[in-house]
Amino acid sequence: MKILVAVKRVIDYNVQIRVKEDGSGVVTDNVKMSTNPPDDNAIEEAVKIKESGKATEIIAVTVGEEKAQETVRKALAVGADRGIHVKIDGTVEPLAVSKILKKIVEKENPDLVFMGKQAIDDDCNQTGQMLAAHLNWPQATFASKIEINDKSLQVTREVDEGLETIEVNTPAIITCDLRLNEPRYASLPNIMKAKKKPIEQINASDLGVDTNPRIEHIKIEEPPKRKAGIKVASVEELVQKLKNEAKVI
Amino acid sequence: MSVLLIAEHNNKEVKPFTLNAITAASQIDQDLHVLLIGSKADDVAKSLSEVPLVKKVLHIDHEIYENYIAENYTAAILKHADKYSHIICSANTFGKNLMPRVAALLDISQVSDIIKVISPDTFLRPIYAGNAFATVKSNDEKKCVTIRPTSFEAAETTGGSAEIEKIDAADQSENTKFINREEIKSDRPELGTARIVISGGRGLQSGENFKLITDVADKLNAAIGASRAAVDAGYITNEHQVGQTGKVVVPDLYIAVGISGAIQHLAGMKESKVIVAINKDGEAPIFSVADYGLEADLFEALPQFLEELNKLNTIQK
Repeated sequence: MKILVAVKRVIDYNVQIRVKEDGSGVVTDNVKMSTNPPDDNAIEEAVKIKESGKATEIIAVTVGEEKAQETVRKALAVGADRGIHVKIDGTVEPLAVSKILKKIVEKENPDLVFMGKQAIDDDCNQTGQMLAAHLNWPQATFASKIEINDKSLQVTREVDEGLETIEVNTPAIITCDLRLNEPRYASLPNIMKAKKKPIEQINASDLGVDTNPRIEHIKIEEPPKRKAGIKVASVEELVQKLKNEAKVI
Repeated sequence: MSVLLIAEHNNKEVKPFTLNAITAASQIDQDLHVLLIGSKADDVAKSLSEVPLVKKVLHIDHEIYENYIAENYTAAILKHADKYSHIICSANTFGKNLMPRVAALLDISQVSDIIKVISPDTFLRPIYAGNAFATVKSNDEKKCVTIRPTSFEAAETTGGSAEIEKIDAADQSENTKFINREEIKSDRPELGTARIVISGGRGLQSGENFKLITDVADKLNAAIGASRAAVDAGYITNEHQVGQTGKVVVPDLYIAVGISGAIQHLAGMKESKVIVAINKDGEAPIFSVADYGLEADLFEALPQFLEELNKLNTIQK
């Protein structure tokens, strides 16, 4: 079984975002970038499946500018076998990413495609579902547990009401929740080894896909700030404030 | 052209967030039709028809829709989508799972999780865990939009009498099968719509200690939330998680106990009207968004808090 894992390079989850003064976006110069956190879970799950003997090859793919390659390199360091970097500059909407990934799937014929359930930059939560639609494959989103059978998977999904389990036939798309597993760190020897693993570069423009943005970003602004509150000295004072000042209890 | 809203339900009742999405949809266009895809859900069709903002209910009734499967819903929506300018649903796990599949097949770049309708093609949406707000304009001819339910009031549910039209089912997907849903039944208010939410974090130290939270929740008739750290540690189940990748809540009162306040957690609760933080670390970032901060050991503060509340005896149930 062959698993394709899609990864995205985003501003690190610990960075306090700053909005550019001209309203054109957020500051990315000299800001720490990392792999989108649930994409790390996607890679980890693929590696675990390979370690259990149920997968033979893991391919990590990313879509983005030159530096996006770093996320593929990181995936190689934790256990992916080879990488693909689809090069494209500027904003790429999930719809365009899903069309690019469809081309890669058609080229590589994986049995499973894994990716994070949402990217923590644009918070769109679309790409996996869109890719499943383009391929007419089943989708199992927000996965927190995956059991692999012969020609199908049982996937436990985190939904508003609790947990839901569905069975999907392969080939299938799985989008991963942060609770699916505990991503490992790359060891130094594996980081060194990853440098020798191949990354194929493909220009998005060669794939014959319409990647033009359909959504105009008119303005990016800071959210309204909450005004500073106060510290109370005791539980009695807290309850008194909630009752008489805030009037919420 | 009209707008089409996809209803979330359990074949017996409309889920509350659908009512918030109806409000948002009606701000895009008043000619609002609701699509109900279900099995033996006539009661749901009737209650949707009584929502005054709804102009028409389209009802697909077939046993293949007994459980919600995105693949089956998508096929049904696509069969009836061409007459509509917008396809809309709530941005909870229901809509997040469904809408991108619909949008991709219509070749539409979806606008996710809007918090304001500026015009029929321009919307406000949070990005970067709510640390920035983006005003976005969709240039697609038809639009697929998901609504952050807590940013819109719930629509009135009585007084309307929209027509209910029965329409055809679509083909069933053979590659996806519903197995089961572990739904945790509770008498408490739902997290997403509760007036008061009390949440616990890693500071609780164990699942047993969550009883301190539960006791206060019982007293206040509050819903129970949790930080991701508390859910990951197994103190409480996933449906309680508040934050960027969990639920977004906007209660009148949010009480964060033993939660440090990572930006991912703040993303899920910082629009609450009044925020209380109880934490023994005075430097914890949660205090930066709290209206009332109490620097204290939660194991002492929570029992005291309960005691003080008991003295009041004026809590609205």
